[in-house]
Amino acid sequence: MEAFTTHTGRAVPLRRSDVDTDQIIPSDWLKRIERTGFGAGLFSQWRTDPSFVLNNPAHAGATILLAGPNFGSGSSREHAVWALQDYGFRAVIAPKFADIFRGNSLGNGLLTVVLPAETVDALLAAVEADPATEITVDLAAREVRGAGIVAPFELDDFTRWRLMEGLDDVGLTLRHADAVAAFEQTRPSWLPSTTPA
Amino acid sequence: MGRTLAEKVWDAHVVRRADGEPDLLYIDLHLVHEVTSPQAFEALRLAGRPVRRPDLTIATEDHNVPTTDTLLPIADPVSRAQVEALRKNAADFGVRLHPMNDPGQGIVHVVGPQLGLTQPGMTVVCGDSHTATHGAFGALAFGIGTSQVEHVLATQTLPQSRPKTMAITVEGALPEGVTAKDLILAIIAEIGTGGGQGYVLEYRGEAVRSLSMEGRMTVCNMSIEAGARAGMIAPDETTFEFLKGRPHAPKGADWDAAVAYWKTLATDEDAAFDREVVIDASTLTPFVTWGTNPGQGVPLGASVPDPASFADPGVRAAAERALVYMGLTAGTPLREIAVDTVFIGSCTNGRLSDLRAAADILRGRKVADGLRVLIVPGSMQVKADAEAEGLDEVFRASGAEWRSAGCSMCLGMNPDTLKPGERSASTSNRNFEGRQGQGGRTHLVSPQVAAATAVLGRFAAPADL
Repeated sequence: MEAFTTHTGRAVPLRRSDVDTDQIIPSDWLKRIERTGFGAGLFSQWRTDPSFVLNNPAHAGATILLAGPNFGSGSSREHAVWALQDYGFRAVIAPKFADIFRGNSLGNGLLTVVLPAETVDALLAAVEADPATEITVDLAAREVRGAGIVAPFELDDFTRWRLMEGLDDVGLTLRHADAVAAFEQTRPSWLPSTTPA
Repeated sequence: MGRTLAEKVWDAHVVRRADGEPDLLYIDLHLVHEVTSPQAFEALRLAGRPVRRPDLTIATEDHNVPTTDTLLPIADPVSRAQVEALRKNAADFGVRLHPMNDPGQGIVHVVGPQLGLTQPGMTVVCGDSHTATHGAFGALAFGIGTSQVEHVLATQTLPQSRPKTMAITVEGALPEGVTAKDLILAIIAEIGTGGGQGYVLEYRGEAVRSLSMEGRMTVCNMSIEAGARAGMIAPDETTFEFLKGRPHAPKGADWDAAVAYWKTLATDEDAAFDREVVIDASTLTPFVTWGTNPGQGVPLGASVPDPASFADPGVRAAAERALVYMGLTAGTPLREIAVDTVFIGSCTNGRLSDLRAAADILRGRKVADGLRVLIVPGSMQVKADAEAEGLDEVFRASGAEWRSAGCSMCLGMNPDTLKPGERSASTSNRNFEGRQGQGGRTHLVSPQVAAATAVLGRFAAPADL
């Protein structure tokens, strides 16, 4: 996965709450067996509306998404993260993210930043007023800067380190293969196996 | 201090704990389906890694499969390719698969419990957010993304940060005609679509204890719709009775040892939850959603709410948007809203007791003129059991369509979809925009309300017939 240290770009103001992953990438797109090419499906139903914010040419090339609370709710589809990344987004800023989406995003190097609702509102207002507004998401400093706002955000040290190094979890866990094998020796004998009974 | 059910199951699965890092949890059962696994298997292939524990992994075809003409090749070439990819991956990596037309095939969350693979105290994951279903057994079960599917396939573990715990205590008894589905819809409306975020929910109290295992699965299934990581119910005699004799349940001395352990899992008297919510069961009635998220629901006897009645500007804006999408006017009584389609099925309400409840209402009655009614069993086993009781005859005689097993119209990845503007009464779990087909309008209900609605053509409870 691509490492994330700091990123500066323009933003798309998506002033909606409860943006579920069915909207981010509709289920028709989930039939594909590849991991790439999902950008064309990003918000594809909403994009049929010419007034949808992603269709505003002033936001073309933006790399940060600003959204309302509970972003990424619903289905566990990681395709939602792949679609956002494939479209060009590097970070999403919202007051609250759904748990599974958050895990998927941080596992793929899409930085999801939680900021207080008032701060997200101020950033939304700034970007709506001037789409050229640049925002910096600084993972090293755990800080979002832009439109005269400097907002610290929380992210645990381990996840921050993993993102800044661009490390994926499988490789990290395999370093502990001995611990996994030792644990397996302690599992009770009655636990089921999927081998046909 | 005592521990909660969730904490006990969590603690029993920690492979590695280190300061400042997520716990590494061992996974007892990994359920796989065709939609969220192909990229995970491909990543294993590229890295030259095997599936660590194929004997703790099981796959089924559910999301894409057609529910008619199942002996023909899947017509949609993209769906067909995805199903074929799962078959190749299962064969290449040695994973047990229940393909279309196999008597063991069905929705992944129906198959696990029916085989007795889901047991109390286990950790269960699946690349599907409705994995919380298995929490009905006192298992810690949660949905994961495809990268995590890859992680579990490769290591049989998952790094996870410890969740908070929330008790949802439902006191008293559910009134006559009020079901597990109405209960969970009311809970979601109470705590909100993001209210469970960061929590594992534990459903407790008299009304929960009185539910059958199938009812408990319906409740736990929709925990994700409140944003929760998982939902759980402590195992008890109802749980043990359900499990005993199932193909993968422990037998003989193993059974006794397992039950003795399972009985230790209930939350200790002196355990503390991070948050507690109390619901009075006696106040509940059949519930119907009116909007585009599962928290936007009201009792069947109510009217479509006025967005202006919501104080929070974000909630108000979402309600206004939802009414436009749903083509509804504030103040319209739910009972006056007509539907085009009724869907009875899904991992929420596609089990035998759900079909029995619907058949009891449709027996000797006809579905309303022009209405399409799909009855889709959750698994081929449920289908066979229902047919052995003659339920298929009841449905056909009423004018409903009796289908083969799969996710079907819950998410419309197969040909079972709503057309733009069509309205459904659906026993599924999500009423998101376009969930059942682009432009489709979904109202979530119980099987009983769905069946009564099928008869009258507008939202109704069995008591209205």
